[in-house]
Order: sequence, then C-alpha cells, then structure tokens
Amino acid sequence: MRVNFTVNGRQQEADDVWEGESLLYVLRERMGLPGSKNACEQGECGSCTVRLDGVPVCSCLVAAGQVEGREVVTVEGLADYAKHREDSHPGGACGSVCGGTDLQQARQWQAKGTDGQTGEGGELSPIQQAFIDAGAVQCGFCTPGLLVAADELLERNPSPSDGDIREALSGNLCRCTGYEKILDAVRLAAARQEEAV
Amino acid sequence: MDFLRPASWEEALAAKAEHPTAVPIAGGTDVMVEINFDHRRPEYLLDLNRITELNEWHVGEEKVALGPSVPYTKIMENLRTELPGLALASHTVASPQIRNRGGVGGNLGCASPAGDSHPALLSSGADVEVESQARGSRLIPIDEFYKGVKRNALEQDELIKAIHIPKADGPQQFSKVGTRNAMVIAVCAFGLALHPSTRTVRTGIGSAAPTPVRAKAAEEFLNAALEEGGFWDSGKIITPSIAKQFATLASGACNPIDDVRGTANYRRHAVGVMARRNLMWTWESYRGEGRTLEGAA
Repeated sequence: MRVNFTVNGRQQEADDVWEGESLLYVLRERMGLPGSKNACEQGECGSCTVRLDGVPVCSCLVAAGQVEGREVVTVEGLADYAKHREDSHPGGACGSVCGGTDLQQARQWQAKGTDGQTGEGGELSPIQQAFIDAGAVQCGFCTPGLLVAADELLERNPSPSDGDIREALSGNLCRCTGYEKILDAVRLAAARQEEAV
Repeated sequence: MDFLRPASWEEALAAKAEHPTAVPIAGGTDVMVEINFDHRRPEYLLDLNRITELNEWHVGEEKVALGPSVPYTKIMENLRTELPGLALASHTVASPQIRNRGGVGGNLGCASPAGDSHPALLSSGADVEVESQARGSRLIPIDEFYKGVKRNALEQDELIKAIHIPKADGPQQFSKVGTRNAMVIAVCAFGLALHPSTRTVRTGIGSAAPTPVRAKAAEEFLNAALEEGGFWDSGKIITPSIAKQFATLASGACNPIDDVRGTANYRRHAVGVMARRNLMWTWESYRGEGRTLEGAA
C-alpha cells in the first residue's frame, strides 16, 4: 500500500508498504532516516520515539497505515523544529513545522560543527547541545529517542522538576547507565531556556 | 494482510461484519508487538484511528461515556475528578509514549488479566457498550465481560463503542506491584471504590487470576461490617480486625499462578496488603470529606 504523510514538515510518500509494517520501519528503511533507532520493537525502550501530531510515541508500535495524512517529527528534523518553534511560536509548539526539513538534507543530517566533539558551530537544537555539553551521550543509541522525549517535555513544561524529568524520560532506556548525565542535560537545557526568555 | 481504514463508525461495523477475523487496532501498543514479533499475522487490520468519536469522552449526569481510544494521558489529565480510580491506574500504564497511544478499549479488547484499567472498571461498576451491524448495540456489565485468559464477551462481529463508567461518588484508589514505577506489567494490582451513596464498597483485582475479578466475599463482609458498626454515618476509623479480615478475604479471591513476574503465594500476599492499604486510604479521605463526624473525634 501507499502511505502519504508529513515527515519533518515536508510531504512524503512511501510505496509498497507492507500492511503490518511499523512507522519505524518506514522511516528507517523506506525514507532513509535511521535516526530513530530500532531495538526492542515492543515499546519498552523508547529509542524509536518520534512525535506523531506533536505527541511523543514509539514509532515501532504505530502501524504505517495509521500515519496516513498525519505529521511526524523525527530526530533528524529536531534542530529545525526547535529553531522554528523558537522563531515563530515562542513558548509553544508548531503543529505543522511550517518550513520543514528536506528529506535529502535529513538523510545527510549531521551536526555540522567545526568541532565534532563539542558541536560548536553546528546546527543543533538546544537539547542536542545540552546533551553534548553535559556529556550525556555514551554509545548514543538511546540518544535520539531521549532527545525527542526531552525536547517535548521542555516544550510543554519549561521548568520541570526532577520528578517531571524522570517521568517524561521513564519510557527511554539507556544501557550505558548514563541517566545522571542525561538528567543533567535536561536541567541544563531548561536553565538555558529560562535564561533566554 | 489487508489494512482497512474505515472513516466512520458505520463503516467500521460494516468492515467487521464482512471480515469477522479483522483485528481492530487503535493505539497499537498490544497488536503491533504481536505483529512485530511474528506472533500474529491477521488477515485484516482494522484501523480505528480515523473514527473521531472513539477518541472522545462525554461527562454526563451520572456517568462518563469514555471512547475506547481515548489515550491514558487524556484520562489522567481530564478525568481525575470524575474517574479518580481509573486516572490513578492510567498513570501506572507503561511510559508516556505508551500512555499517549493506548486506551481502555485496547485493555478490554485484549482482556489480559494484567491490564491496568480492569480493577478500576470493576470497582466502579462500568458497562461496556459494544455494537454490531447486524444486531445493533448492547451493554455488557463489566462483571460479565471477562470470560477467560485473554477472552472477553465480544462476538466476532462486534466492536467496542464506549465504556460507561459511573462518576465517583466517593474516594477511589488503585495499587499495583511491579519492579519499578514505569514500564512494568503488573505482578498484581488492586482497585477499590467507596460508594457512599449506596453504602457499598467495590473492588477489582488484576493479574492474580485467569481474568480480572472482584473480591466479592471481601466486599460482602465489609459492606455488612460497615453497616453493622454504623461506620458510614459515624465516619469512625475502621477497626484493625475488620481491615484484616477484609484483606484475608481479598487474598482468598485470588487464583494466581507462578510465573516469571511472581509466585502465586506472593501475589496472594500482596493483594491482601494492597486491599488493606486501599481500604485505609479511601476511608481516610471519606472521613476527611467534611461529613458530620460524630464520634470520630
């Protein structure tokens, strides 16, 4: 079957999609967007987290056919999504990611920093920069899901308590046990967000 | 496999009538796991996401008509006053990502004894409205809904249209045992609702029998003891002996198994503990609700 939906603000079309296929498979294998990670395939690990019509979901548990006509934001579009939110909808969310991220660009997305270690000079969302600065990335497998979940938390709740952060990230597993640094990163992003206002 | 995408409730009923083996999918948090792991290859998937009314709820005079696809997040955020037991239970479901997709209809459709919403539905006395194209709609009382492990009272051509849940007329509680706060399938769970308007207590036990069950003997004992002692009027503290007997009878209502999550003995014990705690918590808030508390001071 064919599925038409919006990915990172741009209309996309996936062909020859098997009816039992997950959104995650379509993103990774048909759109060439491997940022969302495939691990448990049962909603346990959160590494495939994307925004579906603004809401964080496990893309492995969304049937491809269910996203027809709907909007998906993946980690590849997160920097543009965050920038657009800051520029055009301060303090709120943008349903449709007005401008969007080109699929080709998203496929080739990388932190185009002058320094790969610090992300300096790169086009990162605040939460991505905070993850780097706080040392919250070890092997990096859980990072995309955590970024999407944490970004949504800060959009909804600009000054979360530790309890809020823990709850918002409770569906994302990190097997490097880097949770403390991850919490630090979210606190850091929240503090910077507050400073900026 | 075919992917059916009805745009309306009528279309969905027609599709289910034509393809009785079609598997309804809403949040996908159960169905997609089975498909991803190749445990299930349904001939038809029946996507219910486009039917907006399944995603809505209506607060009436006495009941809330809850759409089966209303995600747990929405229940937590919007129905805490009307359905406190269900809102508490919803908050224990998996993780935010799962709560954003899953709803009570999936719990009922799947009918796993471990579903988190069952104890709250049992203790509040909900009715499940199901409909088929051929025979129209009918209400199934929650007490008659669960038929066996992962079996429910739905006919093959029926779909769940709404869950009618009485608005709380008193305090409600829910407890669940698991290894951590998030992402756990209940080892066992317990829900309790005080119904001061009828002077009754109802319960629900999850994950400790082949189906979700009520602790009926415990309820009957407690109802009689509260009535006899004039507790509803006086708002007295419930005596430890009553609470203990209630807990023992609640344990007795279990028919658990040993499995990877816990032993049968542990489940029986934990259900008793939860029963006593739930009773104490709800009774404390009942007493504190500004009724005339003669003799309670």
